[in-house]
Amino acid sequence: MLLEVENLHVFYGRIEAIKGISFTVDEGEIVTLIGANGAGKSTTLKTISGVRPVAQGRIIFEGKDITKMPAHKRTEIGISQAPEGRGIFPGMSVMENLEMGCYVRKDRKSNTRSADLARVFELFPRLAERKTQAGGSMSGGEQQMLAIGRALMARPRVLLLDEPSMGLAPMLIAQIFDIITEINQQGTTVLLVEQNATQALRRADRAYVLETGHVVKSAPADQLLNDPDVQAAYLGGH
Amino acid sequence: MTLSLGGFLTFAGFLSRFWPSTITGLVLGAVYALVALGYTLVYGVLRLINFANSEVFMLSAFGSFLTIEVLNIPQRLASGGDPIKTGWELVGVLALCLLVSVLIGGLSAVLVERIAYRPLRQRNAPRLVFLISAIGASFAISEAVGEWGPQRRKEYALTKFFKKEQLFKIFGADVYNSNVIVVVGAAIMALALVLFVSKSRVGRGIRAVAQDAETAKLMGVNVDRIILITFLVGGLMAGGAAFLYEIHTPFARYDVGFSIGVKAFTAAVLGGIGNVRGALLGGLLLGLIESWGSSLFGSDQNIGNVAAFVTLVLVLMVRPSGLLGESLGRSKA
Ligand SMILES: Nc1ncnc2c1ncn2[C@@H]1O[C@H](COP(=O)(O)OP(=O)(O)O)[C@@H](O)[C@H]1O
Ligand SMILES: [Mg+2]
Repeated sequence: MLLEVENLHVFYGRIEAIKGISFTVDEGEIVTLIGANGAGKSTTLKTISGVRPVAQGRIIFEGKDITKMPAHKRTEIGISQAPEGRGIFPGMSVMENLEMGCYVRKDRKSNTRSADLARVFELFPRLAERKTQAGGSMSGGEQQMLAIGRALMARPRVLLLDEPSMGLAPMLIAQIFDIITEINQQGTTVLLVEQNATQALRRADRAYVLETGHVVKSAPADQLLNDPDVQAAYLGGH
Repeated sequence: MTLSLGGFLTFAGFLSRFWPSTITGLVLGAVYALVALGYTLVYGVLRLINFANSEVFMLSAFGSFLTIEVLNIPQRLASGGDPIKTGWELVGVLALCLLVSVLIGGLSAVLVERIAYRPLRQRNAPRLVFLISAIGASFAISEAVGEWGPQRRKEYALTKFFKKEQLFKIFGADVYNSNVIVVVGAAIMALALVLFVSKSRVGRGIRAVAQDAETAKLMGVNVDRIILITFLVGGLMAGGAAFLYEIHTPFARYDVGFSIGVKAFTAAVLGGIGNVRGALLGGLLLGLIESWGSSLFGSDQNIGNVAAFVTLVLVLMVRPSGLLGESLGRSKA
């Protein structure tokens, strides 16, 4: 297993947002966490990235317990994230935002870095056209591309994506999901959080359904796509 | 009638003193600008006014004085020797004092961060507690120097350790070697800082933390380390400023940081707190307005202060977030 989350509990003050969830992500998979607003999806990703403290339970990455590892070290060992709301540094140019993606990489000055940059520009030609534009002045779709491209600059072993389709037009959503699939086919493991369950389930290998801090269902994605409960709750009932 | 005539005469006087007061204003402004950088940088990453920045300035001012004492220069002057005039000796003394001053500034700022702020951060303390800690650190340092410092609460004045010489004239105004050292020195330090923040990797890290600390963490930025570096850099600037100020006004006291600190903080707000370029612009403007103000309304320095603060209030009425507005976060540098 690449990533294992075991009986995870996370609190905001005295409120328990994650109430003992467990799931796994295997090398090469796209795994998706779906669930309504407030179910605890973002909290789960933030905790895996190390920016929320774990109250109880364990996070295992490549067989190593990283539950207490500081956030900046987790980027180094191969966990990177495109956060909810994209988290673009508004005053930085596209290039600078991408540079932030490989902030911790030891080989950030080498050819591998230029190769990664070339790969990002190939996936998102739009970014190549706008290298010097300020991140804050880009459209939502462009910012999402930048957020994913930036996360790729870390050469992640697992890429955490938090609602990449949020606020985008349907055309753009399809395009973003195509690119996520392509990134996965190039060999990057993806943990995808979505409210847009239809798209997420179509692209993912396996899925977990989160409700108020609990995993209420887990199954291969295509199976959940045809599950009547899931259809009623998350797929608009058809 | 007499009033308006008096006013007119003052104005004529102001015009005749315009260039000399401009030069004084630039010198003051250069010092304010450097100190303002410390306030603005720390505000950028922590949204905190580090009131102890002025005491970092004060400690550095004492540091450059003590260096001059250690070099035996006052004794030399007392026994009838010449002040250092020019040449390598002057360069050496200035460089050594600057180095000591800057190091003390950087070190004390880092200690302030470690002792007064980091423990609070680790406990997720509310914002108000940080503010109280900031004020406490400021008082503690200045009172400690007042109680146990080399001159206790008295003024630590130094006979001019090098001779001020007129170098050239601008529009009839004398320009002294001290003026040039202060303005050029400050310009070099400010330029180095702007380049560091806008071009270096760590500078990018500082901006990332200022713009979005949580996302910066996701990128692998060690936020605690960036905060420490930010204090260090702010302290280096305050240290450099203290040394330059001593060249202009060879005098230090346990509370010398207070008046400079208030001005520098005002300058940072005037330019737009959190904004590096704003701090530089605000510092220069404040120095000029203060100097022009005291030249226009009489030589009393307090009048200059009034002019400076009136300007601040007027600017904030029109632009509540300062001249260049945006924080370190939003702006490009
Ligand atoms: N910063 C926060 N402070 C307090 N409560 C929070 C915070 N962030 C999220 N929560 C709460 O935690 C729960 C899970 O939120 P979140 O992980 O953002 O859900 P999702 O991403 O699935 O919409 C919600 O009840 C939310 O209100
Ligand atoms: Mg969310």
